[in-house]
Amino acid sequence: MIRLNNIVATYTTTRGEVSAVDGVNLEIPTGKIIGIAGESGCGKSTLLKVIYGDLIYPLALKTGSVQYGFDSFGQEVTTSDIKEYWFKRISYIPQSSMSSLNPVIRINKQFTDHLDPSTDKAKVLEDVRAYVQKLDLPPEAIDAYPHQLSGGMRQRIMVAMGTFFNPDIILADEPTTALDVVVQKGILLLLMGLQEETKSTIFFVSHDMGVHYQITHKMLIMYAAKVVEFGDSDIIFTEPLHPYTRMLIESLPTIGDDHLRTGVSGRPPSLWEDLTGCRFAPRCPLATELCQTTEPEFKEYRRGHFAACHYAENTYQSSEIAILYDHHPQNQSPE
Amino acid sequence: MKMNNRLKIGIVILTIMVLGSFLLPLFHNADPTKQGTFPKNLPPSLAHVLGTNSLGQDLFWWLVYAVRNSLILGVSVSIFTTLIAGTVGLTAGYIGGGSDRVIMTLTDVIIAIPVFPILIVLATLVRGQTSFLIVSVILIFFGWAWGARRVRSMALSLREREFINVAKFSGSTTLKIVFREVFPYVFAFMVVDFINAILWVINTEAALAVIGLSNVEIPTLGSIVFWALNYNALFIGQYMWIVAPVVATVVLFLGLFLTSTGYNQMYATRRGHS
Amino acid sequence: MALFQYIVGRFVSYFVVLFIGLTITFFLPRLMPSDPIEQYIFELQSQAGQTMSPDEMANLRETLSQIYGLDGSLVSQYLGYLERVILHFDFGPSFASFPAPVIGFIVRALPWTLGLLATTTLIAWTIGNLIGLRAGYHHNSRAATVMEVVGVALYPIPYYIVALVLIMVFGYLLSIFPLTTTIRPGPLTFAKMRVILYNSVLPALSIIVVGLGWNILSMKALSFAHKEEGYVTFARLKGTPSRTIMNSYVGRNSLLPQITGLTLSLGAIFSGALLIEILFSYPGMGLLMRTAASSGDYNMLYGTILVTIFAVATATLVLDLIYPVFDPRIRYR
Repeated sequence: MIRLNNIVATYTTTRGEVSAVDGVNLEIPTGKIIGIAGESGCGKSTLLKVIYGDLIYPLALKTGSVQYGFDSFGQEVTTSDIKEYWFKRISYIPQSSMSSLNPVIRINKQFTDHLDPSTDKAKVLEDVRAYVQKLDLPPEAIDAYPHQLSGGMRQRIMVAMGTFFNPDIILADEPTTALDVVVQKGILLLLMGLQEETKSTIFFVSHDMGVHYQITHKMLIMYAAKVVEFGDSDIIFTEPLHPYTRMLIESLPTIGDDHLRTGVSGRPPSLWEDLTGCRFAPRCPLATELCQTTEPEFKEYRRGHFAACHYAENTYQSSEIAILYDHHPQNQSPE
Repeated sequence: MKMNNRLKIGIVILTIMVLGSFLLPLFHNADPTKQGTFPKNLPPSLAHVLGTNSLGQDLFWWLVYAVRNSLILGVSVSIFTTLIAGTVGLTAGYIGGGSDRVIMTLTDVIIAIPVFPILIVLATLVRGQTSFLIVSVILIFFGWAWGARRVRSMALSLREREFINVAKFSGSTTLKIVFREVFPYVFAFMVVDFINAILWVINTEAALAVIGLSNVEIPTLGSIVFWALNYNALFIGQYMWIVAPVVATVVLFLGLFLTSTGYNQMYATRRGHS
Repeated sequence: MALFQYIVGRFVSYFVVLFIGLTITFFLPRLMPSDPIEQYIFELQSQAGQTMSPDEMANLRETLSQIYGLDGSLVSQYLGYLERVILHFDFGPSFASFPAPVIGFIVRALPWTLGLLATTTLIAWTIGNLIGLRAGYHHNSRAATVMEVVGVALYPIPYYIVALVLIMVFGYLLSIFPLTTTIRPGPLTFAKMRVILYNSVLPALSIIVVGLGWNILSMKALSFAHKEEGYVTFARLKGTPSRTIMNSYVGRNSLLPQITGLTLSLGAIFSGALLIEILFSYPGMGLLMRTAASSGDYNMLYGTILVTIFAVATATLVLDLIYPVFDPRIRYR
């Protein structure tokens, strides 16, 4: 179990402090692919940084900590010492492979330059060569310079770097956004296959609900610095509890459906505003007086299915939400 | 837009130097280069702030005229080099293709040729009659290449940007695009290059003057040093004769440099990559 | 293949620079209003204090024209000039020390200039980059701010000012180093090498000080910018040691524009060194030029200028050819 204990993460700006992740309390089962979704600025990348323990100015962990569910010298590893385990037990796959690789040194050097100086690097590279073949890469690929490889190959290299050391936890921040669809599919299948084999925990951040649908076991939906829903992916995609989740799913196209895609209209609130009540209320077709004034509690509605909505119990049953949503004044666009 | 400290200090220095060197001569009619106007080798006093030299000239007034003349030369030559650099750089960078290759080869050649020896030859050829005009022409001829290179690479990167394409597809002519869309971006770079060019021009003329190959009859920051060296100012203990122009030059150059880098920094911050 | 293209391209521009340099040097004196021959004759007469007979004058004119390569049409003059200079390195005889050929003087002066320049540029570039990298990488530290201030203070100061200050401080006030260079000819013994070093300290220091300012500032700006690159962030998240990140990531990438910058400023550095030589009477190309300028020795001037252009162009070519060693994107395409 990975525990996120009451996490509040703030950025220091010229205007003051702003909480990009505001009170996240979760227990996440290990050995699963966890999708994190939400609009840009909802705090999903910040949450990823907090989990990774990459807390450098202007980002700071105001309160809370992460318990990673593995021990070291009999003590459970937490936020305070996770740095020691970077690319040993927790790894990170960045968004853009082109800018994440140093253009002027060979990939093999970048594969090993974080290792302890006492490591036998030649031996490690031998294993890496064997390993990358499993990832459909020629073994020579690691002796190349980044610009000599195609975008897809480079992203496979990034996956190889992030998985070679067999970490317990892998954080992937939109690892396929820069790639074309065919290559993207290859990388996703690769990640799924590797996870299946090693049973590591993958946190997968993407704004693409289609991708989440394909690969995740669990989903974590964020809105305006809060987690609004968490549960098994198959349930979330069929019977979401939170209207926001519902809207995100609604925006997905399905084959044979020629309805006009509505998307989620409106914008999330500025985190600088006074945020009383439910943060989604201004955009929510179901919002009532209660939603404007009282913040809904994030609680378990069904086994392993959490949500923060006053009307969570009604939502998934209500087929009217789609209709309500279509008639919401914000959606009456000129076209 | 907020000014940074560099820019503030730079502008203050430049304002004092420019105002001082241009306004003070209005209250002083005498020719500072005339020899024997005053007693020789006077120490600094109220009447002669920096004292007088071995030629009986007032050092303060000589210096005021020197700063003024150096600035006039620097600014007027730099106007030309910056205009040429802008035109050439925009042409090469925006139109590209064959004209770009030809222009860039020419630019690289001019950058590779050391200017100073050529100036020495020219000064020798026109012996004794080295006029500011000739020096200026040569400085313009060799001075535009650096700026052109910078403007070109700027324009080149702009060519690929979205808003330029929008303008292109909405039917603007090339000339219009260059002037309406590209030029405003390049302008900040040209201001920086303009100030750097002033530095370079004043420096090069002064270097030529120090070794006696410019027109040393006209007071400039270089010619004052030439006379000081010629009369062995250090040897005879006339330190002020050398120290004063050295300090004035350092302060002026610092002012120019701080202004140009400060301005650059301010623009970089505004463009959002700082 | 791309590497081959790159090398061919560099050689082409090398020859273009040389050709244009040669041409400028040929046409420059011919575009000037004054006629070097008339000037020379005039000087000869005023020195001798007597007038020559018209016959003698005509004779002298003809001989001088031949020596200067000024007889015949402009085209044949130009071709003859190219042939002499390119094939035979023949710049004609010196006038101040007639009939010793100019090339002899240049061969003696050039090693001084190249030695002074190569050492000082290498020192200034290396130290400047080491300091600049640290200042840019640890840009928040106090030391970085101090280095930046030093860079800003040094950068805009012209060569002659630095030279004057060094002469004043170390020559006059402290009397540690000589004011001008005095090196007697003779075999290169250990003692003589010490004399050379002793005499070279101030000229070298002047060039290094100016170069340091430039290198510190530009390397600092580059390192600071490269620190924000994605690969630096990723290396940090991998747990790569800070030292490795500074050297292999930030440093290696900032080095490339620094090499280009050095290549482009060779001409300016050379100009500065010539001036320094003149101010310190250092027996290199600069001093040779200054002496030639005051004695009206035109062949010497054209010879020195051509060799200067040749030296700068060759140094540029060498740096251009070294560049791919540091940039794999040119080496492998």
